Amino acid sequence: MELDPVFLSRLQFAWVVAWHILPYALLFGLSSWRFALAGSRRSTEREIYLRISMFWIKIFSVSFGMGVVSGVIMPFQFGTNWSRFSDATADILGPLLAYEGLTAFFLEAAFLGVLLFGRKLVPPWAHFTAALMVAFGTLFSSFWILAANSWMQTPAGYELIDGRFLPRDWIEIIFNPSFPYRLAHTVVAFYVTTAFAVVAVAAWLLRRGRFFAEASIMMSMTLWLLSVLVPLQIFIGDLHGLNTREHQPAKLAAVEAHWETARGVPLVLFAVPDEENETNHLAIEVPYLGSLILAHSLDGEIKGLKDFPREDRPPVAIPFLSFRLMVGIGVLMLAVVVASWWLRYRDRLFDSPWFLRACMMMAPLSFVAVLAGWTTTEVGRQPWTVYGLMRTADSVPPSLTGGEVLVSLLGYMAVYLIIFPAGIMVMAKLVRKGPDTIESDSPIESGRPDRPTRVQFQSDGEQP
Amino acid sequence: MNPVLDFVPIWTLILGLGIFFYVLLDGFDLGVGMLHGLAPDTGSRNLIMNSIAPVWDGNETWLVLGGVGLLAAFPLAFAIIIPALYFPILVMLLALVFRGVAFEFRFRDAPHRTFWDHGFCYGSAVATFAQGVMLGAFIQGFEIDGRHFAGTTFDFISPFSLMTGIALVFGYGLLGAGWLILKTEAEIQAAARRHGKICLVGVLLAVLIVSVWTPLQHAEIADRWFSWPNIALLAPVPIATALAAFGTWRALSGTSEAGTFIGAAILFTLSYIGIAISLWPMIVPYHYTLWEAASSPKTQAFLLVGTLFLLPVILVYTGWSYWVFRGKVRGDIGYHH
Repeated sequence: MELDPVFLSRLQFAWVVAWHILPYALLFGLSSWRFALAGSRRSTEREIYLRISMFWIKIFSVSFGMGVVSGVIMPFQFGTNWSRFSDATADILGPLLAYEGLTAFFLEAAFLGVLLFGRKLVPPWAHFTAALMVAFGTLFSSFWILAANSWMQTPAGYELIDGRFLPRDWIEIIFNPSFPYRLAHTVVAFYVTTAFAVVAVAAWLLRRGRFFAEASIMMSMTLWLLSVLVPLQIFIGDLHGLNTREHQPAKLAAVEAHWETARGVPLVLFAVPDEENETNHLAIEVPYLGSLILAHSLDGEIKGLKDFPREDRPPVAIPFLSFRLMVGIGVLMLAVVVASWWLRYRDRLFDSPWFLRACMMMAPLSFVAVLAGWTTTEVGRQPWTVYGLMRTADSVPPSLTGGEVLVSLLGYMAVYLIIFPAGIMVMAKLVRKGPDTIESDSPIESGRPDRPTRVQFQSDGEQP
Repeated sequence: MNPVLDFVPIWTLILGLGIFFYVLLDGFDLGVGMLHGLAPDTGSRNLIMNSIAPVWDGNETWLVLGGVGLLAAFPLAFAIIIPALYFPILVMLLALVFRGVAFEFRFRDAPHRTFWDHGFCYGSAVATFAQGVMLGAFIQGFEIDGRHFAGTTFDFISPFSLMTGIALVFGYGLLGAGWLILKTEAEIQAAARRHGKICLVGVLLAVLIVSVWTPLQHAEIADRWFSWPNIALLAPVPIATALAAFGTWRALSGTSEAGTFIGAAILFTLSYIGIAISLWPMIVPYHYTLWEAASSPKTQAFLLVGTLFLLPVILVYTGWSYWVFRGKVRGDIGYHH
């Protein structure tokens, strides 16, 4: 079998990005979660918020380590495997990625040392600023990366000269048509994912009857938050869908597995799409619901895949199924949130075993939802790297062979399969230990036992 | 194009500084990583690790800045050099991943501490060697067809690039030793002085070999250094190198605590300037100049606006975080309060 460098490069990119998104989603949410706790502590002056905060900062620091090391890999992928894409688009995407590096990565990385190790070495306001900068850093990072990603999906503000994309209007480039929706959808997804991780940990502690005070606060706070975020996310997702219909009709047709352009189309709940024969097997459909959801009217027109030449169509099965996986998990999330309202009303939020079990299951599922959503949008963009303008097949270096990519892909797989399970194990160990009461009294700030300090160690600063 | 405002020199300077900061900063912590492997016991290993724990990830982000800076300012160079170095880059990245997670895991995953210790030390060594190989391959130049790399996978391997790989191991080792002399005391410091001397000898040998080898291989480089009046104008570079080497040796032998690090930094600066003089104005050696590989003025201008504001801020707070963690690291503080 001939090894295809394009397909293997896509696989490699998917592999390294997927493992970057997961810790990133968690550290993104946790940096804001720590703020909610700091705020609560300031207004109530209760110690318990600090204990919860100290507990999560340890998990934060592990996920940060994983996020940083998997992030260093990313910019080099554009060169090693996508050099022709880089040569063509760098005039536009280069500055966006560079701004990401400048504003975000540095804010995070340079202030993190102070945030993790320096609570007793710097005045409280400086430590607070460091924490704020880390949170801002993660937000800026998403802003620039998603601007670049959205430009690949819905390019705007460019001129195409000699096969190279040159900038014409930076505002149009950054705020391209799909960017606001993608940014909102992703940021809320990261918050929802993190919130479910917090809920799951709280549920686990409650089921074991440990640290009731801490766990019940974690659970209550985050379920309130989710009561807002989950419905909001469904609303934003719907807007994002309308945007896709307008700008990337072929992607929408693939996501919905619609072959014929028609009005009043049904919603395909499940099917096995057959790309060869341009049809679906075993389809379960709800009449008119497709048009109602996708176009917000019963006879709204939805373009079918047959309107696009075969070579311009994305794969159908993957985005179709990954989208259903994401939406399905979203519905489960909503069910958990609604159940929490009822249980809260009945005062049974912390002691219903079935509910706690459901909460624990939602944590891994919410990470799966992030990956499923991302798979939908990226596979749905195929066969283009710059939608409608530059093909994925024309984006890899001419010198690259399938064998080389296979070796590098196996290398990334081997290393990631050692370090990520190790990271998850370490986090599980931290969770099992629970919010320890002792550590808030010691000078250990990040949970690293041997902390670097000055010889003249004068501890005062913020009172624990 | 815009004949009045030429951003290329500014971007050359910014990127040059960025890469230099990376080499200096991650250089010392990669060097510390390698010396970590020579430490005799867990206590001193913990201490050595702690001397760089708060700063290493900040240091490593200069690598990202170098990468995306090259992409944004000189995309043609990025699109040729990076695929040409496919495997050294892969090996470097995987090694950096291992050493990066080792910081967190050796404390939190105590049952496998030895594994992560090895990951840290070998990861540092392999990443350093890979960077040295890349430097050598870069100086030797790549086979190019139009706007693409046209060579094959293993073009990067040559006696010269293997030599520069080993040279950089000694170089980062020297920087690491300088850092440890600055940050530690007693036995660890004494060991760092011993290791530093070995590294300094290695570095000087390497500088000598490169200085003879490069002009022999490339007539244009020989011409640049040895023609009149260049030979007189450029003479300060080798002379300053000899002086810096002498000063570093004195610092290693005496009681100076900052001397070794400063001396090593000066040696790196001079070597860096030496390479820049040899290759100027090429960014893809012997094929494309900085101006030919540059992105559009509009791109360079857009990024420059933010960079001129952000870069000083970054430098200030990088300096601040070093200031916060200044002084010696001590192993006995941590559990007791």
